[in-house]
Amino acid sequence: MIKLRRKTTDLAAVEGRRISLDGIMTALAFALLLVVVVIPISMIVYHAFLYKGKFSLDLIIDQFTRDTTISAMWNTIKIAVLVTVFGTIVGVFYAWLLGRTNIPGKKLMRFLFTIPYMFPPFLGAMAWDLLLNGRAGYLNRWLMKTFGLKSAPLNINSIWGIVFVELSYYFPFVFMQVVSALERMDPTLEESARIAGARQGTVIRKITLPLVTPAISAGALLILISSLAHFGVPAILGFAQGIFTLPTRIYAVIARSGGSFEGIRQGAALSILLVLVVSIALWIQRRVLSSGGYDIIKGKSMRPTLINLRGARIPLFILALTNLVVIVLVPLIMIFLVGLVRAYGLPLVPANFTLANYKRIFAASGTIESIKNSLILSISAGVISMLLGTLVAYVVQKIKPKGTALLEIMSVLPYSIPGMVLAVGVILAWSGSLGINLYNTLWIILIAYVARYLSFSMKTSSAALLQVHPSLEEAARTCGATHTETLRDITLPLIRPAMISGFFLIFLPAMREVTTSVLLYGPYTRTLGVQIYALRDAGMMPQASALGSVAIVLIIVINSIVNALNKDRRGV
Amino acid sequence: MPYVRFENISFAYGEKQVLKNFSLSLEKNEIMCLVGPSGCGKTTLVRCLLGLNRPAEGEIFVGDTCVFSSKRRINVPPERRGIGIVFQDYAVWPHLTVKENIAYPLRKRGLSKDEIQRRVESVLELVSMRDYINHLPNQLSGGQQQRVAIARALMTSDDLIVMDEPITNLDAKLREQMLFEIRQLQRNLGTTIFYITHDQKAALHLGDQIAIMDPHGGLVQVGSDEDFILRPKNRFVFEFIGVTNFLTLKPVNSSYSLDVGSQLIPWPEKLPDVLKNGRAIDVGVRPNDIVFDASSPIRGIVRRSVFLGSEYEYFVQLGDKELRVQLGTLEAAQSGHVKEGSEVGLRFLNPHYYEAVREEAWK
Amino acid sequence: MAQVQVELRNVTKRFHTKTLGDIVAVDNFNFEVYEGECFSILGPSGCGKTTCLRMIAGFEDLTEGEIYLSGRPVSSSRAHIYVPPEERDLGMVFQAFAVWPHMNVFENVAFPLRIRKVPKAEIEQRVKAALHHTSLTGLENAYPSDLSGGQQQRIALARAIVTNPKVMLLDEPLSNLDPHLRETMRFELKELQQKFGFTIIFVTHDQSEAMALSDRMLVADMGKIMQIDTPENLYNKPVNRFVHSFLGESTFLKVIIRDGKVYAEGDLEHPLAVTPPPNAEPEMILATRPNQIQLTGEEGYETKIQTRIFLTDRTEYVVPVGNQFLKVQTPHRITFREGDPCKVQIIDPMWYPVEDDDAEKERQRRQLI
Repeated sequence: MIKLRRKTTDLAAVEGRRISLDGIMTALAFALLLVVVVIPISMIVYHAFLYKGKFSLDLIIDQFTRDTTISAMWNTIKIAVLVTVFGTIVGVFYAWLLGRTNIPGKKLMRFLFTIPYMFPPFLGAMAWDLLLNGRAGYLNRWLMKTFGLKSAPLNINSIWGIVFVELSYYFPFVFMQVVSALERMDPTLEESARIAGARQGTVIRKITLPLVTPAISAGALLILISSLAHFGVPAILGFAQGIFTLPTRIYAVIARSGGSFEGIRQGAALSILLVLVVSIALWIQRRVLSSGGYDIIKGKSMRPTLINLRGARIPLFILALTNLVVIVLVPLIMIFLVGLVRAYGLPLVPANFTLANYKRIFAASGTIESIKNSLILSISAGVISMLLGTLVAYVVQKIKPKGTALLEIMSVLPYSIPGMVLAVGVILAWSGSLGINLYNTLWIILIAYVARYLSFSMKTSSAALLQVHPSLEEAARTCGATHTETLRDITLPLIRPAMISGFFLIFLPAMREVTTSVLLYGPYTRTLGVQIYALRDAGMMPQASALGSVAIVLIIVINSIVNALNKDRRGV
Repeated sequence: MPYVRFENISFAYGEKQVLKNFSLSLEKNEIMCLVGPSGCGKTTLVRCLLGLNRPAEGEIFVGDTCVFSSKRRINVPPERRGIGIVFQDYAVWPHLTVKENIAYPLRKRGLSKDEIQRRVESVLELVSMRDYINHLPNQLSGGQQQRVAIARALMTSDDLIVMDEPITNLDAKLREQMLFEIRQLQRNLGTTIFYITHDQKAALHLGDQIAIMDPHGGLVQVGSDEDFILRPKNRFVFEFIGVTNFLTLKPVNSSYSLDVGSQLIPWPEKLPDVLKNGRAIDVGVRPNDIVFDASSPIRGIVRRSVFLGSEYEYFVQLGDKELRVQLGTLEAAQSGHVKEGSEVGLRFLNPHYYEAVREEAWK
Repeated sequence: MAQVQVELRNVTKRFHTKTLGDIVAVDNFNFEVYEGECFSILGPSGCGKTTCLRMIAGFEDLTEGEIYLSGRPVSSSRAHIYVPPEERDLGMVFQAFAVWPHMNVFENVAFPLRIRKVPKAEIEQRVKAALHHTSLTGLENAYPSDLSGGQQQRIALARAIVTNPKVMLLDEPLSNLDPHLRETMRFELKELQQKFGFTIIFVTHDQSEAMALSDRMLVADMGKIMQIDTPENLYNKPVNRFVHSFLGESTFLKVIIRDGKVYAEGDLEHPLAVTPPPNAEPEMILATRPNQIQLTGEEGYETKIQTRIFLTDRTEYVVPVGNQFLKVQTPHRITFREGDPCKVQIIDPMWYPVEDDDAEKERQRRQLI
């Protein structure tokens, strides 16, 4: 027997009940999930279906049958479907180009693909609005002048406009999935077709494409669900023309009622409808994904044969690059330029540039405060979310207590609830009806953030924990480490890298988000996204753009720091 | 005096009873190989020994200490059992260097830094990994990681080490080498090793004692390599080790004949009395115990001959059965190489007789 | 005189890699494969065998040399010829089967015929025949993911033979199967070859597989051909130390040759019972195998049994010879106990020069590519 340095109890210890670490962790997981997830969601259901304590479908029926609701629902679905279809086409096209051909400039284009992930879609909407606004858009005015047109040829404030902008942010979802599938696909699957006598074109048609269909579907469904729940772009481009989607309708109903209880109840009812629509999409996703991808990943690392584009190489490159530049870079450039202009509408020439906008926004207390708020919220949300997500993932994977399935459901639930709806739930739960009033404080936004990003952090931590093979922990136990020591010495260090990158992947979206905080902010608790949105709402375009530029720079800086940190971490 | 004792261990995974009243003893300073088909319960037994699984019933002793007893409600937690383990997937911690991996058990015991350094260096010397002391596992090959795992196990205990399929993931040549190294290590240190595997060759090479488990978790035979090869206790052991041919003998009048489908050939060898009870008898014989003998009345036709380097393998058709016959290349050179299609006489050395498994209808 | 089906002349392939510099994967390969032959290319990973096969198939182009299929040049550096794989009319079975998961068994096997625009009725008939020959009848509508590894292998095989190719290429065809299945497939392959008469070229690192299947074998090391011969000749008369140890269990003894007698290093008083080769050096390596040593003769080097292990089909002894050890394998009926005296007689050893073996480092480097 080995003698440990600390006092050991008698080896013939009788088994008794002890408070175990496992038990504490399990209880904590359940309690936190209850507060963060279950209560807000239950409140929505409660208030939608019960009035003054009695079950009543009146509210639901009233809201569901209104014209505004029905048109919002159809808009939501129409936009989502269009974004999905076109986003998929664009995504597959680029995936094939970069994954399978000898097109030049792959590194450059891949870099450009990472940009949409960094910036909030509503900034892009703002930029395109500045360019192609029906009345005053810069590009429209230039086109009208150049071609002598009577009215603006392009109107971004339309369904198609919304589709275009959303598409430019969502197509990387499909691109990532498909290019990864193409790169990891076993090349002998295509080689065996060539030996069988098929030419390149036939191989693509009959072998490559069918085999990446699961990846395409996965990406497409991701786009569908994201678009259904999206707030920012329809808000910026749709309000002026009275084009509503369900998320913006929910916001309108609550905001225009001045935050009254009646307004919130209506918001709750509409939330139910939105969740229903999203659930249908989720159900489709489950069906499609469970019918299985194909096992096409290769074992040995072999390079797939690239298709030689020959004459088409340069033209395709120019086309692809131009497309990317337009979709990705033009909006960013617009924001910067308008942030410099003295007044919106003036030609974008250096003569009209000034730094006054920047001076003004930094002089206003609201700006600094909003940046500070966003930083505090993002860091806190990132840390708390990661910790909670890791706790739940550990309990589910390693401890496996009774009720594991329930824990899993609770932690994944927020994924299927749009950010707007979570915000409604959080208002209903924590604005006094249960005894705690957090409304108009940062706390209420923080709880909503944690709920929103929880399922993501749980997935990251789960994946990281899966890599920690049980034998690694068991080896530590047999070497003399207690359960706690094993967690500290072995498990945590092994999942730490994933947790850190998981933190940043929450921190970044949280910094720039607007969907959730737009319903929850108070006079002193504006976030950066809300502040930009508010400035624009008040008509102060140049200042909104200036703040938008600040946001962009901030995001780029943070991203670079993250990438630099990633590079010199010890590999696991 | 046995060093490790399992007494009447029972364990079930939910509905499935894996071990039932299992008892086994290990002697000190020996390598005991536990062999059995996949899923028979070997790993479960090992986990019970280590404290990672809790048996429903039974007792486990290591030396004089009882580490588990269902009766007396003793269950020493894994971190206090002091048994080294080498896992199949090495389980070397990827975020720690070789030195940190190996030093971990010593840190848990509170040894001084100098003492730890001294012991780590000396054990690395033993496994020929001295130069890699500051390497990370991802800079090491599979075989090297395995050596680190062995060194770490030795730091937990050089009295008792368990190895669970440690060399399965290595390629063939490396496996040979590791078997040799493990054997050498054990000879030098005198450690008691409990070696679990489904690979009979490894067991035969390593084990001072070998224990065989059947698919239902029962202990079938314990003995030396000679015991298993020359004196298998029953049909399961005989069939489990190596390749076997089986023929059926049918009682004909007062003697037994070989049934080859198309005819009955009187069986020339003497049969054990206990089986002469009027029922069919199965004869098992190893490929290397069949020789070609022109004078034998048992005739077959060579369907295929395969050159395997150190021996020739012949597939001989005997009636409706196909027998595998193995002949060393030296012997084949002496007795003459047999061509495909030729007729040969067969003589069976060292046949094993068992009660027939199936009662076949016969005229 | 059998016809030459596949011929490689002065074939060389050079790669430029970013991390490891220039590498000559295949260095001046010259060999012929005859019609109806089963020919294997054997060697450790990095020896060039896979590259060679891929050049024959047309997935890689050679740097120098020519490759001929049935007398027709399909790759030639001089004449700038490169026929793509789809026009070489070969059958090929890949290591991981490469059976298309989105098509059922029938569609997989019919694919090559559809490409060739064979009429529907004929496709039906030929596919059914191919499935019959690979014991897959009845599984036409199954999908590969529902079937076992062995069955997937058969689909790949059926697909390869359905076009009646003259040459079949096999890339480590049996290494993904479990041992029992490997043997079954070996026999089925041989039977198919005898029935259809195609030529087989296959690539493997497993010498027992190569020896069991091949009529002739090519052993390659670090991009160069070591020896081409029948399995028996390669096993019994390997041309160098590498081939000797690659083809089976080997023991190499360092010996000193003096006055026409051979002594093991460490014992210069008692000679070994072997005749030195002509042109002997004072120091040489004696190469033998565990089953080529006799212990029961009347003459021999006297020593004692050190260890004894019973294996399933033989007994293995270790005996000290000089300051080295010999592993001896005998049938079970020859029994010695540990400590018993015995006389060691080595039958027909091979002789090799003593050499410095930096080669191992280069072999490992090539494995990384």
